[in-house]
Amino acid sequence: MRDFEYTAPSTLREAVKLLSEKGEAARVLAGGTDLIVQLRARRFQPERVVDVKNIPEVNELSVSPRKGLRIGAAVPCHRIYADEGVKEQFAGLTDASMIIGGIQIQGRASLGGNLCNASPSADSIPALIAYGAEAEVIGPDGKRKIAVEDFCTGPGSNALKPGEMLVAIRMPLPKNNSGGHYLRFIPRNEMDIAVVGAGAFVELGGRSKTRVFKSARIALAAVAPTPLLVAEAGASLEGQPVTEETIAAAAAIAQEAARPISDMRGPAEYRRHLVGVLTKRALIGAVKRANGEFVPNAVQSNGHPVYQLS
Amino acid sequence: MSKIHVQCTINGEPTEFLCEARQSLLEVLREELGFTGTKEGCNDGNCGACSVTVDGVLVDSCLILAAEVQDKTVGTVEGLASAEGLHPLQQKFLEHASLQCGICTPGFLVASKALLDANPNPSQHEIRHWLAGNLCRCTGYDKIVRAVLDAAGTAE
Repeated sequence: MRDFEYTAPSTLREAVKLLSEKGEAARVLAGGTDLIVQLRARRFQPERVVDVKNIPEVNELSVSPRKGLRIGAAVPCHRIYADEGVKEQFAGLTDASMIIGGIQIQGRASLGGNLCNASPSADSIPALIAYGAEAEVIGPDGKRKIAVEDFCTGPGSNALKPGEMLVAIRMPLPKNNSGGHYLRFIPRNEMDIAVVGAGAFVELGGRSKTRVFKSARIALAAVAPTPLLVAEAGASLEGQPVTEETIAAAAAIAQEAARPISDMRGPAEYRRHLVGVLTKRALIGAVKRANGEFVPNAVQSNGHPVYQLS
Repeated sequence: MSKIHVQCTINGEPTEFLCEARQSLLEVLREELGFTGTKEGCNDGNCGACSVTVDGVLVDSCLILAAEVQDKTVGTVEGLASAEGLHPLQQKFLEHASLQCGICTPGFLVASKALLDANPNPSQHEIRHWLAGNLCRCTGYDKIVRAVLDAAGTAE
């Protein structure tokens, strides 16, 4: 690894100044589980690394009825899945933050870093998209917001301009009778990268026996150059009854929207098949949670969750 | 570039060192401070041989810059045993023959201690899940899991 200047500012203002001075030659350090590997591999050779973990705003994790959920860009996964408020209201994020890397990685890796690293297979991004999350960004020209589905612009590239940094990810508090779920397929039990991932968020209406979808959002990982919002799959469910058929139809739309490639993790055709299976399961899990039923968080485990509508 | 002066606590002892920005905590522990119990395996966050705790949180020391531990508390395998003797986990690893070549062992011990600190009575499944970030190429894991169960007093 080439040497660089290490800086650890304690305010956003100072951080933006340090980043702006160096432009492309500066990198932000949060958990470092991607950055330090990339520095070692010389994928980036920055002149300055800006450690943002001393800045209060990027360490904040809060849920409030008025402001919704705010996840500071450097909050590590272990804080997210240990948070009861997140688990209660945003269980799909608990699902995702529990399966990124192993325990050591979860001690450092942040959802903000997962987003900025912009891997097509990032586990947290489909979950964030499903919940309608926005990225709060600060730079030399002030603050701006970017919808998470528009944040990634290609494998490893994002919408941040030189001098800008992610401060937090925010999303509104879900309404009553809504639920989210994220899950992925990997050939191992742990410590692997998604072959395909699917996240869903649903809001239900109607009576308990005749539930209908008021709205739905479905997003996919590892089947396009960026994590993918499949808006038309969610839209197809609006006003429809909650049945195996309507869920299968939405999954078929997701399969059509996926643009998978063949690589070491699986052939394109297999990935497209998985999109169908996982979209159904994500929707069923989200529906169950919306109905107040318990759905285990998506740890790949021997306690196989039962993905059937009862 | 000039060196960075870092003050921290390692295994309960106030410590200070000079490092370069590019140096990992692993490199400084082993090469500057003599804590060679912490091992380098893959050096990219897959194998867990370099596991340490920072402010009580289990991390891979290869994926943290030494400069980041300013004012933090670091725990390494050297901090496990006390003047009275081995830590129960170390004792059980010996009794169950949970090691062969031994290079993964310090990482497994540090990770297992972090598990028992968080969850004193883990199930076998919880142990396997927690230790998924530690690789062992000799034992097949079974003896390691048995030792941790035994140390936790939950062996069946």
